[in-house]
This record gives sequence, structure tokens and C-alpha cells, in this order.
Amino acid sequence: MQDSGIQVLFDGINFFRLLEGLWASIRIAFTSMLFSVVLGLFLGMVMTGKNKAIRFVCRVYLEVVRIMPQLVLLFLVYFGAAKHFGIDISGEMAAVLVFTFWGTAEMGDLVRSALISIPKHQYESGYSLGFSKIQLYLHIILPQTFRRLLPSAVSLLTRMVKTTSLVVLIGVVEVVKVGKQIIDASRFENPKAAIWVYGAIFLLYFAVCYPISKLSTVLEKRLKD
Amino acid sequence: MAVRKRGYANLHWVMMVVVYKIVVNGSSYNLPFWGENILERKEEKDMKKKWLGLLLTVVLALGALTGCGQEKKEEDNNNQTVRTLEEIKEDGNIKIGVFSDKNPFGYVDSNGEVQGYDVYFAKRIAKDLLGSEDAVEFVYVEAANRVEYLQSGKVDIILANFTVTEERAEKVDFALPYMKVALGVVSPEDALITDVEQLNGKTLIVVKGTTAEKYFSENYPEINLLKFDEYQEAYDALLDGRGDAFSTDNTEVLAWALQNKGFAVGVESVGSLDTIAPAVQKGNTELLNWINEEIESLEEEQFFHKDFEETLAPVYGDSVDADNLVVEGGKVE
Repeated sequence: MQDSGIQVLFDGINFFRLLEGLWASIRIAFTSMLFSVVLGLFLGMVMTGKNKAIRFVCRVYLEVVRIMPQLVLLFLVYFGAAKHFGIDISGEMAAVLVFTFWGTAEMGDLVRSALISIPKHQYESGYSLGFSKIQLYLHIILPQTFRRLLPSAVSLLTRMVKTTSLVVLIGVVEVVKVGKQIIDASRFENPKAAIWVYGAIFLLYFAVCYPISKLSTVLEKRLKD
Repeated sequence: MAVRKRGYANLHWVMMVVVYKIVVNGSSYNLPFWGENILERKEEKDMKKKWLGLLLTVVLALGALTGCGQEKKEEDNNNQTVRTLEEIKEDGNIKIGVFSDKNPFGYVDSNGEVQGYDVYFAKRIAKDLLGSEDAVEFVYVEAANRVEYLQSGKVDIILANFTVTEERAEKVDFALPYMKVALGVVSPEDALITDVEQLNGKTLIVVKGTTAEKYFSENYPEINLLKFDEYQEAYDALLDGRGDAFSTDNTEVLAWALQNKGFAVGVESVGSLDTIAPAVQKGNTELLNWINEEIESLEEEQFFHKDFEETLAPVYGDSVDADNLVVEGGKVE
């Protein structure tokens, strides 16, 4: 026991703190994902639209998001807003904003590719049956895209959960940061704590991400029929 | 400031790259970039290039305009977010940025309470300024964002083991120092190095890129240096006897020697002395003056020696002379 270092996880309220950190990560990732899915659906439809100016703007937006590291965006929103406009937003709010900004772009592109993968005759049949554009999307096109979207959307969500480890740089104490705090606080008495703490964090991330991907495979199978 | 400036400069370059990509892709690949629209009519394609040209101009113009605008704003708004001494008193709380994973300077204990040498001082500041230790709101900062936190006014003071350097002094205002760090030399107790001269002709282990490497290679060419990339390798080499001694920041070797029986720090302070000081946003003179007066007045009661006893002594042990680390009244000899 003396040497193993595992007891550091159960010292004081350490384990509770880890869970609290995990909750912060989950809160940010899931809130952002919720907004991203809703906004991304619209963005995806807009991106397949006819208006070139709008499509151009969408394209620039998507490329900016892809090229720009999330960390730069986080710094711009959290520190930049305070410095230039005097807007003091909390770290968690800034994180949700940036992650939504990122997620919407990615989601929009996923929706776009799912939409154009629907055969042309589906659209044409819809129109010829007298469906309006909204009805067409709602009843014919979108239901068909859901199954194609599911795997990539889930992978986006799990990527988001893992990317939350960046938000520590704007002052949000999430699970990895709590882990580092625990390791450091005990680095003199318990130098071997690191392996246990990181092991625990690995399991916590797994416990969050695995059920999500499991759920998506189940849904995928069910939607097939 | 340079850190943030670089951030915006990046944004600019990113925009350029985006525009460039669009130009190149647009002309040579017939815009695969856009994604083909299945409902699109063929004759629309010729219009594409016209639109593209127009939009490129607009984007470039906008980019140039916002770029210039930001440069200007920076000068004007720099001090707007800062809280003055009066405002801090009015609000009844002070935001102090500390480390949460730099034991024993700032760390969170297993009960979730923040502790350490810097934290002890932060609580005293709150007590003397606002009448209560609880008036301090601790903000956990990282080494990489300490300057940003001050510049954006998200904290009033940084007390995060902040070493005074010329480069940093251009971006923030440092108060009087309350701690100093130099190099320390750790060696086996049975062949203890108590003076750097004893190392002539012997092997000294250093970590690449540290001040120790620079200092010894410049000032003591007679000492053979054995260099490693990582601390762990260097310590392992010392344990194996591949070198006669190891040198890096004294706070680091002191803590290590305490954990490793048979080793001791024979030279506790050598090389160029760096100081550690509180920092405030550039131009926040009132707060800066108040901190300086506070540090000077704390000399009388030898506050930082007490701080040392409470927070550092348990880690570094009694063998360490507090005067090698602690600075009272901001005076460094």
C-alpha cells in the first residue's frame, strides 16, 4: 500500500473533485454539441443552397474554423473580449461559445455531405408530389440523412469531450487539470501517484465516451429497418 | 502584449491562407471546395468567377480594415478593464491569480483548499487591504496565460511564482520581489560538493536548455558537462553515479534531495539571481504602490520568513537556509 500510490485517489475529497472536473467537461461538450447539432442542420442546408454568396461565406467560415486551432479561438474569446470590449465572460461560457462555433462548422459540413449523398430523384420525386421545400426536407430528406450522420456526429461529440482538456488555459478546472493538481499536491509524499491518477482519468473518459458510441451503433441498427 | 498581438497576427495570416486557398482551388480545380450542388444549373457556373472576384475584394478590404482597427484599439483601450485600488475596495474583493499545481508555491490540497507560499501572501494582502482573508478570490492560472490574465483585467494581481524578466516587464508591472531563485548543486553526501571550484575536472549533470547549462558552460569551462533532455534522466544519471553532481534551480534540487537519502545540496545558491515578484496590469500604479508599501511594511515582522516556515519548510526541511530563498522588504543583496 505504501508504494502503490493508489490511495491518493481516495485522499480527502480527491475522487469527488475528479468527478466534479469530469462534470465540467461533460457540461461543456454536451451543451456545445446540442447547439452544434441544431445550428449545424441549418448550416448544412444553407451550404447546399443555390446562393453563391452565402455558400462562399459558409466555406470561409468552415475553413477558418478548421485552420484555426481551438486554443487560439478560446484565447480570443476569453481574453480578447475582455480586453477590447470590456465583456467579462466566464471561462465556461467562452468554452461553450468556441466549441459551438467549431461544432457548428463541422456539423454543417457533415450535414451538407449527407444531404448531397441523397440521390437526386428523392428531391425530384418530393417536388413532383407537391411537397414544399420545408416539407420535403422534414419528411423525405432529413430522415434519410440521420443514419448517415450518426457515426460522424458521435465521433465529433467524443472529440469534443476530449478537446475540453484545452479549456484549462482559460481558467476552467476540468478533469485533467484536477488530475494534475492531485499529482502535484502529493508529489513529495507520493511520487507514484501520476500513473494512478491518469489511469483513473482514462477510465472516466472511457466511461463517458463508450456508452455514447455504443448507443450510436444501437440506433444505427434500429434505423436500418 | 506580444503574446496577444501574435494571436491577432495569426488570425490575419489565417485569413490570407484561406483567401489564397480559395483563389488557387477556385481557379484550377473548378471549386471542388464548394461542394457540387446537385440542384445547381450548369449555366450558373460562369457566374461563379465573377462573384468570387467581388467577394475576394470585399474580404481582403474588410480584413485590412479590421486589422488596422485592432492595432489602434489596443493602444486606446489597454487600461480600460483594470480595476483601480478604490474600485477593489468598493467591490470588497480582490482577484489574485495563483498556480494550482506548483507545490509548494500554489497547489490544491486533498480537501480542495488552495495552499502554498504564494497563497499565504495573497491571503495577507486581502487581510490588509480589505480586512478579511476571505475577501480574496483565487483564480487558477497557468504559466502560459499569466500575462493574458493581467492584460485582460481578469485578475488584479498575479502571485504565481512569477520570475521577473525584462521581456515580461514590458507587458506587466512588477512590484518588489518577495522571493529569489538561483542555481543549486546536489551531490552524494559522501562526496559532497560544497563549492563550485571543487567541480573542476569533474562531471556535472545538467538539463539542456536550463539556466544551469548556460551558466556553467559560460563561466566554468573546466567542468565537464553531461547533458540530458529530461529531468528524470538527469536524476537517474546522478543516482547511477554517472556524474559527480547535478545542478538546476535551487528550489527543485532542494526538494529532490529531501526525497532521496544519501544526497544533499552542498551549494544552495550560485549563478545569476532571479527574483520572483507580484505583478499587476501595466499602468495600475496605485495598486502597484500599495503592494510595494505592503511588502516594505511586512519586513518588520519578517512576514516572508514566517511564510517560509509555514509552507516551504515542511518540503525543504530544516537544512535549508530561509535567507537563500526569501526576500524581505523587497531588498535583494
